Amino acid sequence: MTLKTFLLGACSALAFVATTASAETLTIATVNNGDMVRMQGLTAEFTKANPDIQVNWVTLEENVLRERVTTDIAANGGQYDIVTIGNYEVPIWAKQNWLLPLDGLGDKYDMDDLLPAIRGGLSVDSKLYAAPFYGESAMIMYRKDLFEKAGLKMPESPTWEFIADAAKKITDRGNDVSGMCLRGKAGWGENMAFVSALNNSFGGRWFDENWKPQFDQPEWKASLQFYADLMKDSGPSGASSNGFNENLTLFQQGKCGMWIDATVAASFVSNPKDSKVADKVGYAIFPTKEGVANHGNWLWSWNLAVPASSQKAEAAQKFISWATSKEYTTLVAAKEGWANVPPGTRTSLYKNADYQKAAAFAAPTLAAMDAADITKPTIKPVPYTGGQFVAIPEFQALGTTVGQLFSAVIAGQSTVDDALAAAQATATRDMTRAGYIK
Amino acid sequence: MARSVTTGAKIGWSIAAWVVALLIFFPILYAVITSLKTEQEAIAGFSLIPSGTFENYITVQTQRDYFKPFMNSVILSVGSTILALIIAIPSAWAMAFAPTKRTKDILMWMLSTKMMPSVAVLLPIFIIFRTFGLLDSRVGLTIMLTLINLPIVVWMLYTYFREIPGEILEAARMDGASLWKEIVYVLTPMAIPGIASTLLLNIILAWNEAFWTIQLTTTNAAPLTAFIASFSSPQGLFWAKLSAASTMAIAPILILGWFSQKQLVRGLTFGAVK
Repeated sequence: MTLKTFLLGACSALAFVATTASAETLTIATVNNGDMVRMQGLTAEFTKANPDIQVNWVTLEENVLRERVTTDIAANGGQYDIVTIGNYEVPIWAKQNWLLPLDGLGDKYDMDDLLPAIRGGLSVDSKLYAAPFYGESAMIMYRKDLFEKAGLKMPESPTWEFIADAAKKITDRGNDVSGMCLRGKAGWGENMAFVSALNNSFGGRWFDENWKPQFDQPEWKASLQFYADLMKDSGPSGASSNGFNENLTLFQQGKCGMWIDATVAASFVSNPKDSKVADKVGYAIFPTKEGVANHGNWLWSWNLAVPASSQKAEAAQKFISWATSKEYTTLVAAKEGWANVPPGTRTSLYKNADYQKAAAFAAPTLAAMDAADITKPTIKPVPYTGGQFVAIPEFQALGTTVGQLFSAVIAGQSTVDDALAAAQATATRDMTRAGYIK
Repeated sequence: MARSVTTGAKIGWSIAAWVVALLIFFPILYAVITSLKTEQEAIAGFSLIPSGTFENYITVQTQRDYFKPFMNSVILSVGSTILALIIAIPSAWAMAFAPTKRTKDILMWMLSTKMMPSVAVLLPIFIIFRTFGLLDSRVGLTIMLTLINLPIVVWMLYTYFREIPGEILEAARMDGASLWKEIVYVLTPMAIPGIASTLLLNIILAWNEAFWTIQLTTTNAAPLTAFIASFSSPQGLFWAKLSAASTMAIAPILILGWFSQKQLVRGLTFGAVK
């Protein structure tokens, strides 16, 4: 090897090292769902346009992600530059100063295009602390063919009374068809998401203005009894262990007449590749109780936020701006089709004719999201925000404990009265210990 | 003289052994079966007959890089095991051949560290790792895995060393062997089956460790446990893909265990057959 060749090689190596060293590497913690996997696949488009930024993905199970990110932020670990969190965490973490306000998303970002309900849930003191990647509310997904066969017509705004009656009529135990599939698996994000929204629509609330638990009030008794009766009369066997994924499978296999759950499920049940009933699904807004104008106020979004411990906030916001922009939606549409774009975050998507054509569930999804207001989850005054959850740090543990009590009712191991009494006692004890009840 | 065993008893014990073995192995077998099902089949209910699709393996391969976490698993498990043996052999020697009145207490104290739930020390360990820049590093995790498996390694080696007559070591000493030579040339060769089984068991324990390896890593040092965890999904079916990822993660250690089973069993029953 001549000296010239050696020097040339050394220069190239140095140049490579210099390029690598100058590139900033973002570490993004995320969950494994379809939209996030798709985003990881499209990251090259971002790095191509921003050669000075590299991206590393860390995919974790939802609860592990919460633990990891909480530990990291609390101990100022600085391992993550972007974290994927729900709208439950955003206000809590923002108030703890764990998140940086997103004030560097750029002029082209069009913040006013974000759906008002979603934006409101991610803002504290009018500052946005996380950018929504996809959002969802809850709605009814039902089998149009079974309704027609039973001589039923889904009203524009159905009541729970109609739903219970229709569920009974379309239940066909002989053919293994249950009129209604609902979440029964215990967990704050599982059965309690549905039951809390149901209770909102019955006019109930988790706590009064003084944080006193309300399980001893008639609304909770009515809503839990209704849920238990509905599952007994028209639910599938083993409903107490069914969560989102189990009900999704049952519905896709044609074993549910109705399913009330997150709007994001619409794209799964209408996908002919996985669903046997893809062309038979109708959608309707979350039911109300007669005389109570409340659609449950279920609102969830997965969001990207920058933890306060990140040292690369500027680059992180650049990535967030790209991943939650209108341009990203167009990119996904071009690569994977309009039906696969992340839903529920921007008004412009629902005005897009191509999207409306590709996604039959677009209009009902928007209607459901527009109907949700997490600042006023129920008709009575409450000291908290959150529709299908209560946005306080204690809710994860409390919600899961109460979820176990209610799941036992569906399993036939407990009664409505016993479960409510136990829930009242547990919630009172926990809220007193946490200092909410003086 | 060996006791005579009737053919009936032999068959009976063999069947019992097979039933127990199958029960223990069944979760792994079912994970393999599930990995060959479609997502819909996987969640539909109990079934031992898959449709035989390899789609999940293809999806797992295309979605995530397998090689890097695999190499991390190899480095962490082998590295931590070697480090643990380097520390544990002299420690076990000292306790087996030069015990003091506090030896038993020390052994119990070492074991007691295993009785504490890991999460109880998560925050202090995390802060130490952060302070020394060890987060998401293979060096840091190797040290961590060494420390958490060290009590078991010391205990196992101590048990094996106790079976070796002290007179042999004394004889070596009388022949002029230094302490180092005594350990390396006399003790270690005699305890090879015990050391080998300790080594294999420790590699398996380190390979399967799923708390610290997930809590203290992000991308650079994340081993196969983190790879498996990444396939759990909050919305959407994932059991078949998760099973495929698990099968890919346990396959190397299963193969290692299969080839070294003779050594492993010999070592684990060392005390009983001497």
